[in-house]
Order: sequence, then structure tokens, then C-alpha cells
Amino acid sequence: MARISVKVNGTQQSHEVEPRQLLVHYLRDVLGLTGTHVGCDTSQCGSCTVMLDGHSVKSCTLFTVQADGSEVVTIEGLASGSKLHPVQESFWEEHGLQCGFCTPGVILSTVGLLRENPDPDERAIRAGIEGNLCRCTGYHNIVKAVRSAAKKLAGAPAGTAPTRGT
Amino acid sequence: MATATVERLVGKAIRRREDPRFITGRGTFTDDVKLPGTHHAFFVRSSLAHARIVNVDTSRARAHSGVRAVFTGKDLADGGVNGIPVGWLLPGLKTTDFRAIAVDRVRHAGEAVAVVVAESAAIARDAAELVQLDYEELPVVVDAVAALRPGAPLVHDSAPDNRCFHWEIGDKAKTDAALRGAAKVVKTHLVNQRLIANAIEPRASLASYAPATDELTLWVTSQNPHVHRLIMGAFVLGLPEQTFRVISPDVGGGFGSKIFVYPEEVAVAWLAKKLGVPVKWTAQRSESFLADMQGRDHVSEVEMGFDAGGTLAGLRVRTVANLGAYLSLFAPCVPTYLYGTLLNGLYDIPAIHCEVDGVFTHTVPVDAYRGAGRPEACYVLERTMDVAARELGTDPAELRRKNLISKDRFPFQTQVALTYDSGNYAPALARALEMVGYQRFRAEQAEARTRGRYLGLGLSCYIEACGLAPSQVVGSLGAQAGLYESGTVRVHPTGKVTVLTGSHSHGQGHETTFSQLVADGLGIPMTDVDIVHGDTGRIPFGMGTYGSRSGAVGGTAIHMSLQKIIEKGRVLAAHLLEAAPDDVEFKAGRFSVKGSPDRGKTFAEVSLAAYLAHKMPAGMEPGLEATSFFDPPNFTYPFGTHIAVVEVDVETGRTTLLRYVAVDDVGNVINPMIVEGQLHGGIAQGVAQALWEEAAYDESGQLTTGSLMDYGLPRADQLPSFETDRTVTPSPVNALGVKGAGEAGTIASTPAVANAVLDALAPFGIGHLDLPLTPQKVWKAVQAARSTERR
Repeated sequence: MARISVKVNGTQQSHEVEPRQLLVHYLRDVLGLTGTHVGCDTSQCGSCTVMLDGHSVKSCTLFTVQADGSEVVTIEGLASGSKLHPVQESFWEEHGLQCGFCTPGVILSTVGLLRENPDPDERAIRAGIEGNLCRCTGYHNIVKAVRSAAKKLAGAPAGTAPTRGT
Repeated sequence: MATATVERLVGKAIRRREDPRFITGRGTFTDDVKLPGTHHAFFVRSSLAHARIVNVDTSRARAHSGVRAVFTGKDLADGGVNGIPVGWLLPGLKTTDFRAIAVDRVRHAGEAVAVVVAESAAIARDAAELVQLDYEELPVVVDAVAALRPGAPLVHDSAPDNRCFHWEIGDKAKTDAALRGAAKVVKTHLVNQRLIANAIEPRASLASYAPATDELTLWVTSQNPHVHRLIMGAFVLGLPEQTFRVISPDVGGGFGSKIFVYPEEVAVAWLAKKLGVPVKWTAQRSESFLADMQGRDHVSEVEMGFDAGGTLAGLRVRTVANLGAYLSLFAPCVPTYLYGTLLNGLYDIPAIHCEVDGVFTHTVPVDAYRGAGRPEACYVLERTMDVAARELGTDPAELRRKNLISKDRFPFQTQVALTYDSGNYAPALARALEMVGYQRFRAEQAEARTRGRYLGLGLSCYIEACGLAPSQVVGSLGAQAGLYESGTVRVHPTGKVTVLTGSHSHGQGHETTFSQLVADGLGIPMTDVDIVHGDTGRIPFGMGTYGSRSGAVGGTAIHMSLQKIIEKGRVLAAHLLEAAPDDVEFKAGRFSVKGSPDRGKTFAEVSLAAYLAHKMPAGMEPGLEATSFFDPPNFTYPFGTHIAVVEVDVETGRTTLLRYVAVDDVGNVINPMIVEGQLHGGIAQGVAQALWEEAAYDESGQLTTGSLMDYGLPRADQLPSFETDRTVTPSPVNALGVKGAGEAGTIASTPAVANAVLDALAPFGIGHLDLPLTPQKVWKAVQAARSTERR
């Protein structure tokens, strides 16, 4: 067992974990943050995507011990209280989800994408989220949602854009 | 008082009510349900496709620290677990002994041979490696056509030629004569390859037994929890239905694959009761490939006859359908009543005959996958229409247009048993051609070819049959279930409403669309309506969601209950208002006396009066609640035209989908945003069948596309945005006039894309290629064509 210390959604956590434990299982099973989903176990689907120190990563690809000393934001920590993050709002408005299973991962990948490229065109959006599989939407409305989120984030007056995770 | 204008909600693109929980990570999927003391199951699976089990030694696994128990197929059989039955019988059908865990023989790679239960999933997985499986390899057949040949390895001793059934529909003699007399008979040999649904949420189940009440609760990824309860309770496990509760919480996509009763959930339910602890199993993605029912897998010989003017004269189809190693729940229905009956398409075909052989092989069982039979039928028709157009030297759009059933012929009796409810096919075709700019495209295509660029356009005119019904008819055809739906509207004393629906939403947005129906019907805000689904403990009964049936069947059941509520409310309101019931009308949430709108009661006031029961009409019971079962008189038949535009890079064989135009008619629409979303997803899945997806087995029965690295699930950068439009031809079959939209995209898009690629390759003289049209396959075909040219 190894002791790790990690800040998750703004709260400092410290636990003894098995060295082989994956970060996604730590989030789901130890912290009860079940919004991060496991879709494939093989880093193909992206449902487990979280923000690690400001970058979107697939949490099934990391051991918990690798996150020691880091800051993690999961889908549960993206909104500021009851105020949704602009990316969450856009997915709701543009019908960017159906069954909702891949959605937390897609949203966090989008947060990561827009951090690196605040004004992506359709091609850049599609390339940016190709690591996330969605079987319901055919990606059509996901692309619209990402565009809309980019506009919202660009239009947000300085200082008012949510900072957590971005 | 003037009647308040209430904005109608039905027909509006209202944001989904279920989304806030999903976008904040607060959905509850089966694997998210945590119970104290839960143990985890891991299944040991056969690596051979066909073998006799000599011995399963579980002793070392049992001794592993943290392991609670290990069971074999024999343990389950001895413990009273019966085989999983088939839910659709055909004449002469050979049934199979489909066990949760194999007892003496394994018949496909991935079949479970033992289950380990341990304190954690990781321990169960470790211990599974200690189970010693001693088995004797037997010969294997994976290809259905090969399985029918004399001397082929046998899958079941009860089916001596591997034939599960032979089924026919249509008029053979008439079709033979029509094809003999035809000016031109176009022949195709078509393979509709096997697919895997791959919902992003893997299947999961969690069972918990309460000895005090003898209640067993099963959380399971199901599209139809009542069907699960009935089959598992009554047939497989012998559990009393009244104390067996099945909850299907948020479900992460189904596409058919979560309809069926699966071995793992049977085992988990049995284990929880046997061991007295909650037991959970969540599939790994590799298990989704090896243990989820697969789809399609047809080989067809098609003969399509035309008269000298290009008018359809007859159609003969012979299909071999691969059913895999066991009969899954609805497997016999998919390649028969959901396939052969759809071969009339949108066309006026005077004679049709179809015969189907259902065949066992040493592969994962095959059952319904999005579209289920209807995409296979559409592919047969629409691919052959394109081959015919080329052979006849006719424009493919014109050949289709001239053979469409005209709008004055509805209801239309087909040659293959169905009666189409309503339709007006030509406008959808015309609109799609207009949107894509058909003539302009042909000019661009010709010009591009001169520069070595190969563009192609493919059409697909499709029909779908939704809301399989009526129960009496499907019963006579072999269904072991009724195909109605239930809907309860429970009005509370404050006028708030709980709706209990037997439909199940796993992405379809019923909490929104059904709320729209109820809010409109009762003139109350959507926020006053709660939609409950997916729990046999709360909902009277239900047949679930598949076959694009929820709006047409489940929605109509709710609508019927609304009418009952309004009628009772009207009589009660009349009594309270001291008016004759016939003089009271209900509008915009208010019961009022005709001609004197000031004399009225709100819906909430009448609801309260019904529960106070202080002043009731003679003979009226207190309370305000209604349950309805809707058993539709017929299917509904959505239709439309889809057009794909592609570019094929002949140097690499890679196809790029440049544009996708879809014009659909799904009848009336409750929420256009949701309908469009359904179409988008369906289109993507059908495009993927045309270009990338294939469940391929090698000769020894190993799935060679058993991971997301090898199986071509589409990603965002492989697809364009879609261009959609609708025509509206309401269905006369239900009060809402809706038809269904869940599968349309999947049905239409595969042949559209296939036709587009083959149109692009026309200059090379390539007539047909089997799906998926991967770069390798296309490149090889182009190379072969070029080398023939050189010779």
C-alpha cells in the first residue's frame, strides 16, 4: 500500500491505496465520485476523462499513485456551486448528450480542448474530441455544443469565467 | 374570464429534463449503485470456440484470500438454474439449452465456464486465473453458409444440419413467374456483416437479497426490466414475481443489446440469494465483445426483375442468417418477421418471395441490433436498386422515383404481409435531391474525375416498421409476449402528477417528451410532472423500449390515461359546479361551464376535491389515477430518403464522407430536437457499418476484432455534420400520429454510403464490394481493376 495525497474538486484527500489501483477506481470507489465512468478499460473511449493539473487525461490510464501531489477536477467539481460551467450549459442547450454515459468525459475533454484552442473550427473540434467515443449522438450536436461553449467562454467578461478546471 | 392562452409544448424543441444530472455527474448507472458488503463476480471464460468440458478445478481459486465462492455450470444447474428460454417460436424451430454457465460443452469463445465471487473485483479477477479448465477441443464452424454443408461440425446435436429454422414469406409461384417473364433480372450476392452494438456503458448487474422479506432486487442494464423479471423469475430462476424487483436505472445506451436476458445477470441474481450478500458484476469492454449479443450477419442471394420500361416486376431473396451458438431471446424474429416482411420497401413490387435459413455456428449469439432485420432488408433492396440502375443504364434516383408507391394507395397492402399505415414517398426523395443539389453534383463529379478525384453519391429510400403489434397478431406469428405498453397517470391531491411508464429511456429523453405530452394534456407546467420508468417495484407492467416503439405505443398509453383523468375530472367538476357534465369543458388546465367561463375549477382544485371526497357524484370513487394499456392495431411505418456524398482516395483506398443529407418522415413529432438527435446517432451507426465496423472471426472461432482498437467504432473526426429535414405524414394508427425515429438513421444510411462509394468507383468497373468498405478492401479492388486494365 502507498499513501497518496491529492486535491480533488478543491478538497485535499489522503488515502492508503494499492499501487496497482487506477485513478478512476480511486475516484469512483474510494471517493464515491461516480460521475467519472469506465467504458472500456483500455483508454479507447474517454468516458473516464478528468482534469489533472489543468489538462484533460483519461483516468483509467493513470495509477492513483501517479496523481500524488496533483489537483484533480472531476465532472462533479466543474460547476461553481449551482452555476453550471459554460461547457455544461452548452451541452444541455445543444442536446449534446443522449444516454449521458460518455458525457462527463466529453465535457472534460472539451474543457481541455478550449483551454488549448479557445476558438476551434469544426475540424479542430472533431480532432480535439476524437479520443472520446459517443455511440448516441453521431457527434453532430457535440460539435455544436463545443462551438457554443467556445463562444460563451470568449464572450465572458474577464474575471467572471469559471476558473476551476480551466 | 378569458381562456388563458397556454403555449403548446408538443412539437417544441424543449431542453431535456434529464440532462442536469448527466452533465453534473449525478446520473445513476448500475455500476454507480453501491451497497454495503457487496461482493464482486468475475466470469472465467472459454478461450476455445468449441470444446467438451472434462473438468473445471476450482480448488485453488476457492483457497485464494478474499474469495467467497466459486461455482461451475453444474453447480448452477444443480442449484435449480434453468436455461434461458427463447421468446419467439417459429414452426419447426430447434431450441437450444442456453445455460448461464456452460455445463458440459462450450460453443463459442467467451462462453462462461465458472464464476468467482470475491470481496473485490480485483481479487475475483486474480482468483479467476487459478481456475483450472480441462477441456477437449472440438471442430469449429463460424460461417453460416459453411455450417449448412454436409459434414460441417455440429453446434447442437438437436439440429443435425445446424439449421435452426427454415422460413418463407410471399408467393413463390407468382414470383417465379414474374421473374421468368421479366425483361431484365438483376442479381446480387450480398453479405450484411456481423456487428457489435458497443453501447458505451458496459452491461452490469447488482443483486441483493433480503431474507426478512424474501425480496430479491436486481439492478441491471436493461431496456425492459419487466421482461427481465418475467423471464428470469418465471422461467430461469423460479422466483416469485411479486417479491422479485428489477430496477433498470440510468442506462448508458442500448441499441438492442440490453433487451435480452443474459447469462451473467442470471448468475448474479442466483449468487446474491445463494450467498446472502449483494453481488455485482460489471463487464469489461472485452466482455462486451465476447458476451453481448451481436447483430446482422446475413448472406443473401437477390434477384430483382424489371419490365422493359424499368418498372419492378418481382423480387426473390434467399438469405442465410447466422444465429450464433445459442438462441437469444428474440433471435428467431429478427431475420424473419422483422426482415422478410420489409422487403417490399417503398416500392410497388407485384411479386415477392423470401426464404430464410437460420443457422447455428460457433460464434456469439446474434439478436436485435439497432434496426434489427430492417437494415438488412433495406440493404438488400437499396444496394440491388443501385446495381440495377447501372445495369439498366438508368439514373438511380429516377429508377427509385418511378417505382415508389403512390400516395393515393394507402393503406397499402404489401406482398409480404404488412399493411403500410400512411405514406407520401415522393416528396422526401425530391427534397433530399434538392438539398444535395443532385444535377449540380453529377456535373462536379464528372469534372472531378477528369482531375483524378473520385466523388460518389449514394441514395437510399427506406421504410421502417415501428411499434410491433398488435399482440394477437404477433402471438399468432410466434411471439411469446404481448407487445402493448402500459402508462399510469397518478394525479396527487395538489394536482401534481406522477407518470409510471413501461417504456424505458436509455438516451431517448422520455422524461422530457412524456412530460410534454402530459403537461399539454392537463394544462399544467412540465415541472409539475414526474416521469418514472425502469422499476418493476413502481410501475405496474411494461414491455420496454426497442423497435422505436416508445412514442407510438408507450406515449399513446399515457395519452389514453390522460383522457380518462380528464373525463373523470370533468364529471367531478360538473358536480362541484352544479352543471351537467356535458356542459363542462376542459381547456388549458381548467374545467369550466361552456358559455360561462367564469364558472370553473382549476385542475388542482378538482384534484384536491377528488382526494377530499367531501362532495362526489353518486357512485364515483375518490382519487384521480388512471392506467391504460395500449395495444396498437398496426405497426407504424416511417420512411424517407437519405443521400451520402463521398470522396474515395484511390491511392490509399480511404473514403471520406463529405456530406450526408437525410429527409425523414416520422409522423408527428413531440420534440424535434430529440428526434434529430436520434437520427444523427442512427446515421453514424449505419455509416460505420458501411465503412468500418465488422465483427470478424477467424476459422478457429476467435473474434479478431475484439477490442476498440480493432473494431471500427466511429470517432468524431471520421464524420461530417449531417443535413436533415422532415416531411410529416401522421400515422392513423395512434392518437398522437407519431411513427418512431429511433432506428431510421441506421436503416437508411448503410446502403446510402455503400452506394456512394461504389458510385465513386464506377470508372474502375467495380460493380460491388462487400461491407465494410475499408481502405484495404477498396485499395485492393482498385489495384485489381487497374491491373486488369493493363492486361
